[in-house]
Amino acid sequence: MSQITYREALNQALREELDRDERIFIMGEEVGYFGGAFKVTDGLLAIYGEKRVRDTPISELTFVGAGIGAAMGGLRPIVELMTVNFGLLALDQIVNNAAKIHYMFGGKAKVPIVIRAPQGAGHQLGAQHSQNLEAYFMHCPGLRVVIPATPADAKGLLKTALRQEDPVIFLEHESLYHVKGEVPDGEHLVPFGKANVLREGKDLTLVSYSKCVYDTLAAAQELENMGTDAEVIDLRTLNPLDLDTVLESVKKTGKAIVVYEGWRTGGAGAEIAAQLYEKAFDHLDAPVERVATMDTPMPYNARLEKAALPSPADIISAAERIV
Amino acid sequence: MALERDKHVAQHALLTLDEAQLLAMYRKMSLIRRFEEKSAEMYTRGKITGFCHLYAGEEAVAVGAIEALYDKDYVVSTYREHGHCLAKGADPRAVMAELFGKATGISHGRGGSMHLFDPDIRFMGGYAIVGGGLPLAVGLGLSIAYKEEPEVACCFFGDGALPQGAFHESLNLASLWKLPVIFICENNFYGMGTLVQNAICQEELYRFAEPYKMPGVRVDGMDVLDVYRAVTEAAARAREGDGPSLIEAVTYRFRGHSMSDPVEYRSKREERIWQERDPIKNLRRRLLAEKRVSEARLDQIDAEVGAVIDDAVKFADESPEPPLEELAKNVYVE
Ligand SMILES: Cc1ncc(C[n+]2csc(CCOP(=O)(O)OP(=O)(O)O)c2C)c(N)n1
Ligand SMILES: [Mg+2]
Repeated sequence: MSQITYREALNQALREELDRDERIFIMGEEVGYFGGAFKVTDGLLAIYGEKRVRDTPISELTFVGAGIGAAMGGLRPIVELMTVNFGLLALDQIVNNAAKIHYMFGGKAKVPIVIRAPQGAGHQLGAQHSQNLEAYFMHCPGLRVVIPATPADAKGLLKTALRQEDPVIFLEHESLYHVKGEVPDGEHLVPFGKANVLREGKDLTLVSYSKCVYDTLAAAQELENMGTDAEVIDLRTLNPLDLDTVLESVKKTGKAIVVYEGWRTGGAGAEIAAQLYEKAFDHLDAPVERVATMDTPMPYNARLEKAALPSPADIISAAERIV
Repeated sequence: MALERDKHVAQHALLTLDEAQLLAMYRKMSLIRRFEEKSAEMYTRGKITGFCHLYAGEEAVAVGAIEALYDKDYVVSTYREHGHCLAKGADPRAVMAELFGKATGISHGRGGSMHLFDPDIRFMGGYAIVGGGLPLAVGLGLSIAYKEEPEVACCFFGDGALPQGAFHESLNLASLWKLPVIFICENNFYGMGTLVQNAICQEELYRFAEPYKMPGVRVDGMDVLDVYRAVTEAAARAREGDGPSLIEAVTYRFRGHSMSDPVEYRSKREERIWQERDPIKNLRRRLLAEKRVSEARLDQIDAEVGAVIDDAVKFADESPEPPLEELAKNVYVE
């Protein structure tokens, strides 16, 4: 175990995987000489050379598509999108090719690609640089969607991603890179589809992922002071989605709030709430609440941005409505 | 076919412009430089936040090009657009207030440094997705052609946009439909830390005009008059219904990619060489050499723009925040 940041944990996973499997290589904008826009790939070029750490032009559609082709050709590409916002330019390749190739060709082709993308708001970067697009990918069958909150999960899920046969969308939150935590040294694999119960409680289930996990834990602490014992679940992957762990919890608490930084409408919270209504209707004592980002493009102004984003206070208000 | 630049005419361009026009260009470049210097200072002081990409060093491109346009011509730009917006005639107060995120900002505090917009001066926006503005300019060109109006749409973008499909698709469509669009590529040699030759197979960027069957020229982007001349020609062509042009303006950004870039990928020597070609000093030198104006007059202009920018900062600082109740306003047209 060592105390390292989310960024360092990712970097460590990349090194270990590049060492483990010759077929793995990294490509994307500024991943080499610049060390990555968020410094996740820092130092890798010096060790692995240009063949395995490749700077690309600003051509998202093409380098994501090339990654898909390389995966079909037997390699295991890690494609870094500088941020998920630019991944929209590659959405055609991701949705129409990566997600479909295995199925559409009768299972005869495979696309074992890992597409890493930082995302998230909170830094006043304006509407075009502050999005959380996990719901876009979660919506599309054929993609695995991974969204770690902790440094240990960042490492363990990335290593697992590189052992998958399906395309993986790996979403990192820009506000988490500096977060420190205990990370197991060496081989550390976190399975997909296994949510993590971070805190046990009997009164209320708080379901979250990515950066909102921290807001949720803070709210749970506050709720405890107010006499409400909340359980906190970090989903870790959205596809596969570990609804069983959530169901188990809701059967106990009878109440659930889904907390996420995507837009409220049509977000991951909508899917989770719908599934809870389908599968746990009799256990629910109150409507499932969603605490998410307001349905607006992200404003630049600091105060407005803060108001648009979900906060621990919003979680507490939601809890007060249903407990 | 690439259009050969007429060096002789360019060198004598000074003579063909009247003093008022030359001074107007000098004033605008000086205004932009001062604006950017102040922006850097205000960023360091925490008054401006988020991403902030400065235009210092590249002023001759925006000013030379926009000076060659009519007021009603459209301009589309990138996230490095303070200069284009000011050159098009935006009120420095409104631009600075936007950088401060204030209600009085040109986008009412919703856009920030990267998303300035003012339809009154036909500044049609700064866009932060590389290549994202080009199709918009094609569409504006289409609207002009459709309505048989005399305007043109002028689109600025960096060298980093050339590997994007949007660049190639936009040039093709504009040419195919003979739209009045002027594509101006600001080749400052870098897209963030990536050298242009590491991003695109053809370093002579203007030559991408050739396959798309439009004139392509490379101009000295540190020389406001060279830019002015090329854009004048391209605009005349577009207005006559002869379609789009591609202009590559070779320039240099004096500062980092954004305020958070420590600029570790280029040498101090390279920076010094380009600083000696400072477009503002360049014009000043030539105006004085040709005895077109006195040094005192230029100093006076510098002092005047200094005061304008100080006033803009004061205005931005004293302006109110956008009201919280209006957070969800304008998501849809009400
Ligand atoms: C589609 C897209 N990909 C990546 C980015 C991140 N990014 C912002 S600016 C930039 C470099 C662009 O360079 P260039 O076009 O030369 O313009 P300059 O900054 O030099 O003016 C990159 C990669 C982006 N904004 N949009
Ligand atoms: Mg550039």
